[in-house]
Amino acid sequence: MTANYPALIVIIPLAVAVITPVLGRISIVLAQLSAAAALLVAFISSLGALQHALAEGSWHYYFGGWAPPWGIEYVIDPLSGGLATLVSFIGLLVLIYAVPHLATKPARENTYFYTLYLLCVAGLLGMVVTGDVFNLYVFLEISSLAAYALIAFGGSRATVAGYRYLLIGTAAACLYLLGIGYLYALTGSLNMADLAELLPAVDAPTALVIATVLIVIGLGIKMALFPLHGWLPDAYSSAPAPVTGFIAAVMAKVSAYAIYRICFFVLKDTGTAIIALNMVGWMAAAGIIFGSIMAIAQNDLWRMLAYSSVAQMCYIALGVALGNTYGIYGALLHILNHAVTKGCLFLIAGSIAWKTGIRDITQFAKMCRKMPWTMAVFVVAALSMIGLPPTAGFFSKMYLVMGSVEAGAWGYVAVLVASSLLTAIYFFRVIEYAYLHQPAQGEAVKLEQENSVMARRWELPASMLMPIILLGIGVLTLGVLSEKIIADVIQFALPWGMP
Amino acid sequence: MLTTATGYVNYWLISILMLVGFYGIIATENLLKKLMALNVISVAIIIFYLNLGQKAGSNVPVLFGEELGTVAAYANPLPHTLMLTAIVVGVATTGVGLALLYRIYNRYGTLEETDVLKEMRSDS
Repeated sequence: MTANYPALIVIIPLAVAVITPVLGRISIVLAQLSAAAALLVAFISSLGALQHALAEGSWHYYFGGWAPPWGIEYVIDPLSGGLATLVSFIGLLVLIYAVPHLATKPARENTYFYTLYLLCVAGLLGMVVTGDVFNLYVFLEISSLAAYALIAFGGSRATVAGYRYLLIGTAAACLYLLGIGYLYALTGSLNMADLAELLPAVDAPTALVIATVLIVIGLGIKMALFPLHGWLPDAYSSAPAPVTGFIAAVMAKVSAYAIYRICFFVLKDTGTAIIALNMVGWMAAAGIIFGSIMAIAQNDLWRMLAYSSVAQMCYIALGVALGNTYGIYGALLHILNHAVTKGCLFLIAGSIAWKTGIRDITQFAKMCRKMPWTMAVFVVAALSMIGLPPTAGFFSKMYLVMGSVEAGAWGYVAVLVASSLLTAIYFFRVIEYAYLHQPAQGEAVKLEQENSVMARRWELPASMLMPIILLGIGVLTLGVLSEKIIADVIQFALPWGMP
Repeated sequence: MLTTATGYVNYWLISILMLVGFYGIIATENLLKKLMALNVISVAIIIFYLNLGQKAGSNVPVLFGEELGTVAAYANPLPHTLMLTAIVVGVATTGVGLALLYRIYNRYGTLEETDVLKEMRSDS
């Protein structure tokens, strides 16, 4: 079993997804348990594979014993192993969170939710561990198709948002497919490591530029890189809470990882990636400011978080675009930090809407009394988004700023600092409403009554509160351990090996 | 000049087909037609790949008789297998898209984008 960890990461969630509709017929609890077990196996396998990769160097797993470039290869290096661990961990937490959320829905809907959810997780895990560019396309489509359907669970508004995401997302995947078609035409290979060796010898600069542009735009749409982010706010704000929590936390990150992987590991010696990344850098800088300003303008907490995601994804893109050691440290650390923090924030927004039906920030008065634990975690996560020490967000931003200084890009430094201030504005607005704002006279009495009823039991079911608190602890732990994470894992994920 | 133009005529046609698809997605109002335009794009890309596998004077990559021919005698089968996957993905995408459209139509009674958006705004 240990020898097949890389395969198990993907195959177990995929196989369980296929049998979940049958299990759901028998009992919905069985479907829930098998889904949780599948993600647990994926998590343990990722962790095992990551440890193996850290101890003995990257792990190349050949499917069916066919050596690349003929066969499909899964590569577990510290980067992909770490990301697979992150995806399966968040996947497991959100699955636990989803159970009470779906309790009121009919059994059939529950079953299909778990099926699609497992498919989505399996697709993302596959994107992370694969070492083949076409295989990446297939997994990209698996996860995306599952995500479109999952978003549509949120009702009729969400169906429209999901459909528009489908149009944009499929067009993006087509661009990516065309891009790798160019690479295949130039080299006759689809294996990432093989492509990296063959491409520098190719003498067709125009075709390479076209391929790079198509791939970066295709994956850029998927990661919601400004100005290709149009699908994101609607999709995030109308999908059901567990879905938003999951796709906001990891889905866009995996596409960001794919851009990083292809630009720095496949196209590294061709020179075209540098030009594309330069473009990406300025798009990202504009996106950071745009996303932060749009977030301030929102009254709906979900839309605010969605626009904040646009800005934060651009942080990652900016780090990748800088391309020096500190920049990539910042980008990779931010993938991890933002996945935990934004996942946590969306789960909190989801539980507030689930418990009280409130999504509008201006109605948040006395939320700190209604849901003390949840709001406490919200404050921690908000501080991390703003980037105050000792939370996780501070360290990734620090590395990004250091990377910008090293590259002499003072414009980026200004953007990063300005964005932190803008982030502080929109998060402190929520905190102010929740903690300091006095409700209107008539409502105050009603709130007191509600509070006295609520005081007798927990604010949320344990399976909703536990993931939120775990992620909240994660935000603090990641901040404290960030040096260790960089020393143990991230520094081995650099394209040029050790710094 | 003429040879470059004629040599790449299939690729020009593919580019035109793909741009027709993109034009369709952007310009049409009807959500179903957008899905059809999306299919046009994916067909264009499928033909692009299939073109890569073709060689003049080559045959299917199957061993007829005893003798193994040279590489030039066989068409490259790999793009075809890749596109088999892409076709399946296209079918799945169309399926999900149609299912979503069915729900949109049931709810709003129209598939014209502006009308759907108008209905959505009057809902909230």
